[in-house]
Amino acid sequence: MATTVHEPPKIESQRDPSQSHGGFNGGGQGLVPGKGNLPAVKHYSPPPASTGIWVVLASITMTFAAFTSALIVRQGSALDWRHLTLPNILYVNTLVLFASSFALEMARRRIRVIAGGLKADSGDPSRWLYAALSLGLLFVVGQYIAWAQLRAQGLYLATNPNSSFFYVLTAVHAVHVLGGLGGLLRVIRKMSNSTLRKSTLDATAYYWHFMDGLWVYLLVLLWVKL
Amino acid sequence: MHDTAHAHVGQHAAPTSFIRKHVFSLDHKVIGKQYYGLALAAVLIGMFLSWLMRLHLGWTNLAIPGLHLLTKNGAPGDVMTPEFYLQLMTMHATIMVFFVLTTAPFAAFGNYFLPIQVGAEDMPFPHFNMMSFWVTFVAFLVLMSSFFVSDGPTLGGWTQYAPLSAVGQVGGPGEGAGVVLWALSIAIFCVGQLLGSLNFITTTLDMRTRGMSLWRLPLSAWGWFITSVMGLTAFAVLMPACILLILDHVAGTSFFVPANTVINDQMQPHSGGSTLLWQHLFWFFGHPEVYIAIVPGMGIVSHVLITNMRKPMLSHRVLVYAMGALAVLSYMVYGHHMFVSGMNPVSSLVFSFPTLVITIPSTIVVLIWMGSLYGAKLRINSASLFALGFISMFIAGGVSGFFLAQPSIDIMLHATYFVVGHFHLVMGVAAMFGIFAGTYFWFPKMYGRMMNETLGKIHFWCSFVGAYAIFMPFHYLGLAGNVRRYQAFAPEYMQHLIPLHKFITIAALFTGAAQLIFVYNLFVSRYKGEPARDNPWQGTSLEWSTPTTPPPHNNFGDKLPVVYHDPFQYGVESSTGDYVMQTSPEKAGPDDEA
Amino acid sequence: MAKFFAITIFVIAIVSAIPILRHTWWMAEDISTHGAPIDEQMSETMAEAGISFLASQFILGYFIWKFSNPKPGDKIKTFPGGAKAMVWAAFLLVGTEVLALGVFGVKAWANVYFTPPAANAVPVEVQAGQFAFYFRYPGPDGSFGPIHPDMINEANQNFYGLDTDHDADSKDDVVTAEMAVPVNREIHLIMHSKDVGHSFFVPELRVQQDFVPGMDLSVHFTATKIGRYEIVCTQLCGLGHYNMKAYLSVLSLEDFDAWMKKEKAMQ
Repeated sequence: MATTVHEPPKIESQRDPSQSHGGFNGGGQGLVPGKGNLPAVKHYSPPPASTGIWVVLASITMTFAAFTSALIVRQGSALDWRHLTLPNILYVNTLVLFASSFALEMARRRIRVIAGGLKADSGDPSRWLYAALSLGLLFVVGQYIAWAQLRAQGLYLATNPNSSFFYVLTAVHAVHVLGGLGGLLRVIRKMSNSTLRKSTLDATAYYWHFMDGLWVYLLVLLWVKL
Repeated sequence: MHDTAHAHVGQHAAPTSFIRKHVFSLDHKVIGKQYYGLALAAVLIGMFLSWLMRLHLGWTNLAIPGLHLLTKNGAPGDVMTPEFYLQLMTMHATIMVFFVLTTAPFAAFGNYFLPIQVGAEDMPFPHFNMMSFWVTFVAFLVLMSSFFVSDGPTLGGWTQYAPLSAVGQVGGPGEGAGVVLWALSIAIFCVGQLLGSLNFITTTLDMRTRGMSLWRLPLSAWGWFITSVMGLTAFAVLMPACILLILDHVAGTSFFVPANTVINDQMQPHSGGSTLLWQHLFWFFGHPEVYIAIVPGMGIVSHVLITNMRKPMLSHRVLVYAMGALAVLSYMVYGHHMFVSGMNPVSSLVFSFPTLVITIPSTIVVLIWMGSLYGAKLRINSASLFALGFISMFIAGGVSGFFLAQPSIDIMLHATYFVVGHFHLVMGVAAMFGIFAGTYFWFPKMYGRMMNETLGKIHFWCSFVGAYAIFMPFHYLGLAGNVRRYQAFAPEYMQHLIPLHKFITIAALFTGAAQLIFVYNLFVSRYKGEPARDNPWQGTSLEWSTPTTPPPHNNFGDKLPVVYHDPFQYGVESSTGDYVMQTSPEKAGPDDEA
Repeated sequence: MAKFFAITIFVIAIVSAIPILRHTWWMAEDISTHGAPIDEQMSETMAEAGISFLASQFILGYFIWKFSNPKPGDKIKTFPGGAKAMVWAAFLLVGTEVLALGVFGVKAWANVYFTPPAANAVPVEVQAGQFAFYFRYPGPDGSFGPIHPDMINEANQNFYGLDTDHDADSKDDVVTAEMAVPVNREIHLIMHSKDVGHSFFVPELRVQQDFVPGMDLSVHFTATKIGRYEIVCTQLCGLGHYNMKAYLSVLSLEDFDAWMKKEKAMQ
């Protein structure tokens, strides 16, 4: 367990400028105890999560780029493109998702304050985290209501290409949102046993905000194309 | 305290129970071996299927004893039916491309050696890594399960062109549940590879030990890193395509099936789908996939060659840049698979140009290898033989790319055996040779025992001569207009080619049998091989610096290594002989940075 | 061992080249007006690829022969010119080769795809379905009747879904299972698939074109030699793919007219 990296010779760090990109250069100062438990602050912060999140976002971007090009090509070949009016609840859902992001940001700010040791009593961040979680869940429920409304209009998955793309894109997005909710749960659990790392929290937050951006993109795409 | 905490990334205590040690292990080395085992099982199945196909192609009405055991309706009287031939062909291709050529050189060796070569204790997300393997394993089971559905696996070819793949059962046997299982398996496979790519990229970028700059990574690590970036983008596109294909099947959507499709005099309940959409999505993945199969092989072969030539490559960086250029260009060329597909003829020319240009980085790689051979002190052993054989195969398969890159010639060669010969040599055999080179080279590190050299050399000679005997004649068949994916040769103008098919079949049986020598060698050496020293090939990279062989659970014991050199300090005068290891503070020469 | 390896590489390279040089198995003789540039392009590419193949295999074999089994005192040497020479060589050799092939290739391709069919080209329609081709000639009125996919009925021999009772254009259409064309006349082949993807390949004609369901495509060509050739399907279309073929008869004008009369009588 005692893993000590033995000191490299001085000449090494001078001559190898690229070393700062690699190795254990850390991802910033670490975090964060729940309930302001400062002694439990950990001073490590693994960078892989902060790199990894961009890798994940890149691959999600590719997936939705593929869906987008599929939509465009399919529209180009089709004589059966039927206009579809988006259910109004989608706009409410958008606000809910944004509110959830806002709540997560508030939580993050409070955690940062606590970790910085400035004010130990600036409010309990976990309350904001629970708010973010519930709002995220509410978004998924809202999406489900949107699908129910479409079904009530007789628009099913296979009715026409527009409805197909609507269900597919919103469902794949919802699955990613559910994944994000899993990430939030993990953050809450780690905070309660004081093992939360800054990079984990940051990665979850980036993912969660990315879901907002992705949703707005999808909404515009569906609104323009369908 | 500070350093201890840093080292925490990816660290986990050594497991004690059998299940956590060997089954649901978090250890990248165990996961690498699991991937290797999966690839080995898959390649034996894939090869067995190819034997059946070859026998049928040589002697169409031949009864193959016991064949009826593999299929419900596919072999009445042990004679293969046309649909069963196509089903075997599809499964052979899918198994080989996904579960052998992607898993073995990339996921298996990469998992085992990438963390060690960068000097890390493990990958940063060991749970994702474990999931990556088990998800891939489930994908394999799903694919194999299609042998047991009522009308057997899909017969649509590994490219699964719509609408044949999307119309369902009505399209003929093997077009129902088989396709759904195929698409499901591939979608699951994509998830596994995306998780793997995530780990590979973060390992390379974030887990390097002190002194290990990016340029100090060995070429094998570069190969895996570049491949993981390709995998990240390519598999992320294939997965949506598979989802849409499944929906066309089970939900009645019309993404890929156009209106007015009439099968058996019945109008199909579809409207306005785009058949070219599938081809675009598939080949956007499909062409990078070719490089996903071959780039790790290039890295492994470079690594094996440097060690056995006892000298560095002419340029480490040029090789890395060339592999990177291959990765980037591979996304711009996919349209060359669609020259005769009715795509706008101007697009054919647009796609033709980068396809011809991509030969430049490939040629650079080959020329650097050959130029580096000049003045080498080449050691001939099983690993270096396969590495050199890789170069020969890569050249042979590469030059036929000149033909297929040109739309005008493609009119004659598209969908013929010429194409089959081309990709079997350049991505099939060459990648397999890369896997073999890696196996003979790294087996001592993975299992602490040497492989049998005599058997290794016999295996090499049979494979090298055999592969040429099988795949060179494919080009002749293609020139003579022999169409691929035919279970028998009905057109009259193909009759005179049948003797050549018989020759190929005999060569394939012989070469396939020679692979059993390799399997025997693997298992016998595993238990009875001569014990290996820590650094049997006098290599310099970090995998030869582990405190024990095989490496301990955390790879480097209680001290992470510190790196002082580039990984190719060979042909120098040093206290160890003609090489200086990356971990040695000794100065290797006037240009050495240490 | 290394010398044996080198010799094996030499032998394999030479043996591989022999059938190519001797044309043991080779492309069928060209019977089209547009095929010559394609064939020329093929021989040029074959020459360049063949030389690249032989040269690189020989150099590889030679280096393996020369630089293996070193004596103890041997020192490693570096290739004069180093990596830079290799990169230049790759750019120059392959670059010019690529450029040359690309430019000529464009010409051959343009011949096929960028010229519209002549106004007096003979229109023929081909329909691909699992697992047969059917051909349609417009008859004296020169126009094809509309297709009603819902009326396709193989048992009634209504392969195209023609409504001869209501559509005037359909009445004189001639549907055949075999394709016949007059020699030295340009043919405008209109292609459509009724079900899945197929392809129309006649090696002698230097024509290969996919049928893409949902898209109407066409090719045009002129056959210059009387004879009987095979049309085969090259796009996997199901279990009968291997057996999906039809005959193409290239006939003199008189024979063609006679054939047409006979087919018409059989409608």
